[in-house]
Amino acid sequence: MKEYMNEKGRIFDIQRYSIHDGIGVRTIVFLKGCALRCRWCCNPESQNYDIENMTVNGKVKTMGRDVSVEDVMKVVKRDLPYYSRSDGGLTLSGGESLLQPAFSSALLRAAKDMGLNTALESMGFAEYSVIEKDILPYLDTYLMDIKHMDPMKHKEWTGKENTLMVENAMKIAKSGMCKLIIRVPVVPGFNDTEKELLDIARYADSLPGVENIHILPYHNYAMGKYEGLNRPYSMGDAKIPETDRMEAFKKAIERETHLNCQIGG
Amino acid sequence: MTDSTAVNKTERIAKLVEHLYAKKPEIEPARAELITESFKQTEGKPIVLRKALSFKHILENLPIIIRPLELIVGSSTIAPRGCQTYPEFSYEWLEAEFDTVENRAADPFYISEDTKKRLKAVNGYWKGKTTSELAESYMAPEALKLMAHNFFTPGNYFYNGIGHFTVQYDKVLAVGLNGIIREAAAELETVKPGDYNCATKTAFLQAVIIGCKAVADYGKRYSELAKEMAEKEADPVRKAELLKIAEVCAHVPAEPARNFYEACQSFWFIQQTIQLESSGHSISPGRFDQYMFPYFKKDIDEGNITREFAQELLDCIWVKLNDLNKCRDAVSAEGFAGYSLFQNLIVGGQTKDGMDATNDLSFMCLDATKHVFLPMPSISIRVWNGSPQELLLRAAALTRTGIGFPAYYNDEIIIPALLNRGIPLEEARGYSIIGCVEPQVPGKTDGWHDAAFFNMCRPLEMVFSNGYDQGELVTLKTGELSELKTYEDFKAAYKKQMDYCISMLVNSINAIDVAHAERAPLAFVSSLVDDCMKKGKSMQEGGAVYNFTGPQGFGIANVADSLYTVKTLVYEQKKITLEELKKAMDMNFGQGFDEKTATEVALQVAKAYRLEGKEVSSALLESIITNVLTMELSAEEKAHYEEIKNMIDDIPKYGNDIDEVDEIAREAAYYYTKPVETFKNPRGGQYQAGLYPVSANVPLGAQTGATPDGRLAHMPIADGVSPTSGRDVNGPTASCNSVAKLDHAIASNGTLFNMKMHPTAMAGDKGLESFVTLVRGYFDQKGMHMQFNVVDRETLLDAQKHPEKYAGGLKQVTSG
Repeated sequence: MKEYMNEKGRIFDIQRYSIHDGIGVRTIVFLKGCALRCRWCCNPESQNYDIENMTVNGKVKTMGRDVSVEDVMKVVKRDLPYYSRSDGGLTLSGGESLLQPAFSSALLRAAKDMGLNTALESMGFAEYSVIEKDILPYLDTYLMDIKHMDPMKHKEWTGKENTLMVENAMKIAKSGMCKLIIRVPVVPGFNDTEKELLDIARYADSLPGVENIHILPYHNYAMGKYEGLNRPYSMGDAKIPETDRMEAFKKAIERETHLNCQIGG
Repeated sequence: MTDSTAVNKTERIAKLVEHLYAKKPEIEPARAELITESFKQTEGKPIVLRKALSFKHILENLPIIIRPLELIVGSSTIAPRGCQTYPEFSYEWLEAEFDTVENRAADPFYISEDTKKRLKAVNGYWKGKTTSELAESYMAPEALKLMAHNFFTPGNYFYNGIGHFTVQYDKVLAVGLNGIIREAAAELETVKPGDYNCATKTAFLQAVIIGCKAVADYGKRYSELAKEMAEKEADPVRKAELLKIAEVCAHVPAEPARNFYEACQSFWFIQQTIQLESSGHSISPGRFDQYMFPYFKKDIDEGNITREFAQELLDCIWVKLNDLNKCRDAVSAEGFAGYSLFQNLIVGGQTKDGMDATNDLSFMCLDATKHVFLPMPSISIRVWNGSPQELLLRAAALTRTGIGFPAYYNDEIIIPALLNRGIPLEEARGYSIIGCVEPQVPGKTDGWHDAAFFNMCRPLEMVFSNGYDQGELVTLKTGELSELKTYEDFKAAYKKQMDYCISMLVNSINAIDVAHAERAPLAFVSSLVDDCMKKGKSMQEGGAVYNFTGPQGFGIANVADSLYTVKTLVYEQKKITLEELKKAMDMNFGQGFDEKTATEVALQVAKAYRLEGKEVSSALLESIITNVLTMELSAEEKAHYEEIKNMIDDIPKYGNDIDEVDEIAREAAYYYTKPVETFKNPRGGQYQAGLYPVSANVPLGAQTGATPDGRLAHMPIADGVSPTSGRDVNGPTASCNSVAKLDHAIASNGTLFNMKMHPTAMAGDKGLESFVTLVRGYFDQKGMHMQFNVVDRETLLDAQKHPEKYAGGLKQVTSG
């Protein structure tokens, strides 16, 4: 057995038959731990690297477990028939997978060895050298979040400035090693104006090879998770962007840039 | 062919549907009177001739009607969706239910006082002459006992005709019934006076000629009626339509169809009249897109017909398939709820040469279902490696509407399964589906596909009770629980109980089989199935080329999870003893103690019933409550049993892609499928198992105590080969993988995998594409059948509150 199969990491969920986040039918592995603290985060249980308890439907569930790449691939492998019928495969999500670079690298490598399509959903929060060496050689599609172009507003809403991530986006695009898709969560009060979204879209348009942008409407399905984790839900009763507005954003982006814009993942 | 070529539904179709569903269906007495009248006049003649003469008498005198706006005509009742009765098979149940049939929960029928009186007047003639009475007299007392204790139910054929076949529609279209009459006459010429079967063959062929002539003349009655109506019709458009109907019906089904319209009408007369000859259901049109295509193509190529009109004709047939109806006894009505006749019509698949068979009609048939949006036909699609993606996407879009159709079938496992039954490759490639899920060679098979439903949980209960049920020894003694020292001992005991019960199942079915041969040989349908004419005997007497009997086992998920409980908790981890487990089950895991919990359990049962679209009688509810109430437990005992239930709930379950459990499920299925295939039927054919319950898992579950998988008493048994509802928690691919691990090929009478999908999972193009991937991925792993319930919780609840809003729309999946 290849040595990287023994690499260990921390995950909090594996979701099979995911029909979003990449082409075809996919299995998503959610890695635990994140560098940001986005106020709207829909996976709050992903943020802490520490294993913690969350109450789900009245039952206490442990979020987070340490597993080897081999453990994960045993589950991933079970849906081979569906991947091969749809060019699907493995998607890493989080959390920020790049906080566990060796584990992420080994997972993607193992998936590639199995002939699967690989995708990574990430903000790009790591030194580019790590991304270049550990991730890109085994990656087909990078689904990269750019949440805002203004570093200070970014910091205010997510806890970190965006400089590193925005620069990484350009480097990844220039490398030409994978398909890059830019994703923007459309969050009320944060970036849900045409101007702010167009700023992101124009930057995405300037990235070599980038053709697609996804705008993802904020939702509040995660409210119960915050309760289950005993944490405050800081979005309060923020309104979910209406379909009409999302359509208008899409139109504006497609008018002002060369990008194809898709609503939702 | 893409969506853009799809033709829209016409106003005529909307009106036909509205007319059909305007009233509660009604029972009519005409057929019962006519068959009785005829039988009284033919006493002493050979039974096959008596049946044919009565069929002729019925077709000559049954009142006929052309409904407003119909283009395809032929109705078995004057009332839309009405039904005739068939006292020659059984009648006592109907008389007993005269006063309840109108208001019962499952499939109510209106019956007038006049009809009751008229039926009573003729039913008496049949006392001692029915197939059901003869069948019962042939059954072993032990088998009758197991039936009384709800181990299995062969009710379908016990009380009704057989049905469950696909005839040679293609032949009628090509040569007309007159062609078949000529063939019978020629065959008669070959019979020599000294032949061993001269007497029976002669009588049979004479009966064939009578039957075919009767149907041909029945068509002409409609021609006359249409002509009369045209004369009185003021609207010139409708007048022209009626004159066209008159022209078409003057020609078919007696003569070969000359165009698509005639092919449609000829098809319909056959489909309708077969169901007047006997009361069997699942009379399945089969590969309609294949045998109708030449007529369609010719008319389109020659510019004789527009695609729009061809689609409207198809839609008209789809409406007519819902005009036929059948009143079943109250218990069967629950098992087959939904007024369904299970007329299965299948599109796609392969030609006999192994090429893809998809054509324009394959798409148009799916569109017809979308247009009429009614329970009939049970539309199905054959999927193989070469199936075009567009066809599957069109099918997926139909599934997404929530209608529960089409059902998907896998050529890549069904064809090998048929080869394994001795069917040659070219014929196996031509298979179609009967009724719910049963594959067979159309026009050559008498498959007895729905021979019985067998509850695999009941023999498991007998292992725990050492063969006793309600204080009476009903099966075998397989030892006290203390004697079952190992898991292997336990399995051996279950196997013995299964083997015994299966042999009794076969005994009862074969008794019914003989009764049909002796009392209900059907010449007309037999003339459309090879090799009845050559052999000179009816299907019921073994005239078909292929003869099978297919009884269904159900409860795989419960038995698998139960065996896994016993294996792990009792024998491996020694956390509980068998005796403790039995006690816990007897006490319904501590759930049945006070009135509140008793009512709760009863209400859960009621809820499950209602989720299946049924009502629960107050008598049944009361009896369940009483059962639960009679148990008396202390608080500690109760807590103890609940702890056992929690322990059981916490171990892995079938349906989650866990090999250790799924392998037990595979083995559990073998306990049924392997013994079944060792038996022979009186028609000289083999038994083959199916694994599906239609909806019998609910009523038969209500007769089953708590099971070791943690299922509470009276709750439904798991549906088909599907995992127990709510216990598959790893998503659809994991459920599919688990189910695919069963050996589907050996269950060649069909397996049924019913899956629930939330509408959001099928949203958008990606949702449809991924759905097709799911079906293909399951089929790549040798799954056999899939059917989907796409409905959200809100709709389901609304449908329970306002069933009238969903008349004919939202239907229960499967069951079909």
